[in-house]
Amino acid sequence: MYRSLRLLIIGSLVLLLATLIFGLIASWAFLYPETYNKILPFYQLRPFHVSSALFWIISGATASLLYYKKGAIEPTSKWNAIAEATFIYLWLLSIIAIFTCYGLKIFGGREYWEFPPILCIPMLLSWIALFLAYFSQLIRKAGEKPMYVWMWSTGVLFFLITFIEQNLWQIPWFRYTYLREITVQWKANGSMVGAWNQMIYGTSLFLMVKISGDERIAKGKIVFFFYMLGLTNLMFNWGHHIYNVPGASWIRDTSYIISMTEWVFLIRMIQGFKSKLDERKKFRHLIAYRFIIAAEFWVFMNLLLAIAMSIPAINRYTHGTHITVAHAMGTTIGINSMILLASYTYMLDIDSTKVGIRRMLGGCYWLAQYSLMAFWLSLVVAGVIKAYGATIMEMTNFQEIMKPVLPAIKAFSLCGIGLLCSLSVIAVTYIRYAATFDIKKK
Amino acid sequence: MFRMWIILFLLFASYTIAVYRNCDEKDVTVTNPDVHALAGWKVWQRNNCQSCHQIYGLGGYMGPDLTNVISDSGKSKQYLQTFIKYGTGKMPDFHLSDSEVNNLIAFLHWIDKSGRSKVPIERVTSTWNYNFSK
Repeated sequence: MYRSLRLLIIGSLVLLLATLIFGLIASWAFLYPETYNKILPFYQLRPFHVSSALFWIISGATASLLYYKKGAIEPTSKWNAIAEATFIYLWLLSIIAIFTCYGLKIFGGREYWEFPPILCIPMLLSWIALFLAYFSQLIRKAGEKPMYVWMWSTGVLFFLITFIEQNLWQIPWFRYTYLREITVQWKANGSMVGAWNQMIYGTSLFLMVKISGDERIAKGKIVFFFYMLGLTNLMFNWGHHIYNVPGASWIRDTSYIISMTEWVFLIRMIQGFKSKLDERKKFRHLIAYRFIIAAEFWVFMNLLLAIAMSIPAINRYTHGTHITVAHAMGTTIGINSMILLASYTYMLDIDSTKVGIRRMLGGCYWLAQYSLMAFWLSLVVAGVIKAYGATIMEMTNFQEIMKPVLPAIKAFSLCGIGLLCSLSVIAVTYIRYAATFDIKKK
Repeated sequence: MFRMWIILFLLFASYTIAVYRNCDEKDVTVTNPDVHALAGWKVWQRNNCQSCHQIYGLGGYMGPDLTNVISDSGKSKQYLQTFIKYGTGKMPDFHLSDSEVNNLIAFLHWIDKSGRSKVPIERVTSTWNYNFSK
């Protein structure tokens, strides 16, 4: 089991590297299609980049969950270990098969899952193995469970549900109307993001408990309230993806109302700034803690964007522009990746390594934050320019709409170099440590 | 806590069934795709068109949104056939056969009939929501 878990940790970090490399090349292919169409076209690079990012996040989330649950949900039986290893090997083999298909230009799925749907079968089987391993172990643990266990459980369960839902388009009835097909597809995609967020935020909460040594952080009524609010958003707040789709209006109304509860998260964050400042003074020497703080900053920034995009009258301008990309990349890099890097920093005990290495990682950390800020702002600017041309000026010629957007995309691509340099140094360093660290220790 | 969780989950399950059954309120005889549109959908998938193009604003941003390309472009079928078949400087040539091109156009026709991608300003209500039934 330990060998397979080590493989999953290393595999996820390799996927992070792949995300960065494919992302940067894809941005060049976007800017200079005439050149890249002959070598590696954008329609091939984008699935490589998107799938690498998706699988980095899901693999990183599951690797963290499998590693930390050892301490949180004892005991692990031999049967559990076999089921977990089955998940890891099947999952990684499916990813290799998917990338092979992309390399051979064999596509066939839907947005974000652009591989032949037959490959969803091994992925589904692998997740069922994880589901059985996790829940069979969980039901043996008696007594009150900390909130991070609830969050992990929610993530594992809802990923399974949304993964199946994401594939319902293969049943003809779902394809009989395009509006149903697109609604179900984005219902599944939207909730799936919520599912992996539950796994990742659960890990973040677990890390804060371990770093501060205060178990109360993961217990009590307020934590429970915010967990239930997050779960409600996972279940019902996916409609903003399809506000402009002329389907049933109650779907849009539900999503609009539920999304306004995000203000509660925002107000809570603002209220918590003071206590966070005190906490920061205490733990700022820890790299793991710095990644968590970075994630909190990006939660705040992306929450502002998410609330704006959840209002239909504003969504009318932002939908189909790079503001959506800013939100997607801001959350996956700024929130998900930062928490996963915090998790790996803690897991690999990076804070106890040589001063020189910690300094180097600290430098990369800041380069990543500044690059991400410029990267994110470039996308927001690109989105605003596109919204101005397409919605305010009602221009119809696509090339004319895109012409003023391109300088912002060039800036975005430049910032991508900063992200690639900083995060790849961190990823490579962590791969080296992951290959040799004592996995049974914590 | 578990009881509250179960109640919320049951609400989610009921909502999901309602979404599957009633998300499209149009007459099914109008919305059903024909064999050519379904074949065109496969061409769309196989060539990963969504990587560069959007439908209802969802997809890649390399090329234009194609939801209403049939009714908006004012271009003839021949123009679209040539465009799709040979590509442009920015769009690669996918070496599609004539029947694949025609099926793809049938698919885009079917999408076009499903509704408009752009929401006109008149549809925005005082609560900053949309009203499509106006």
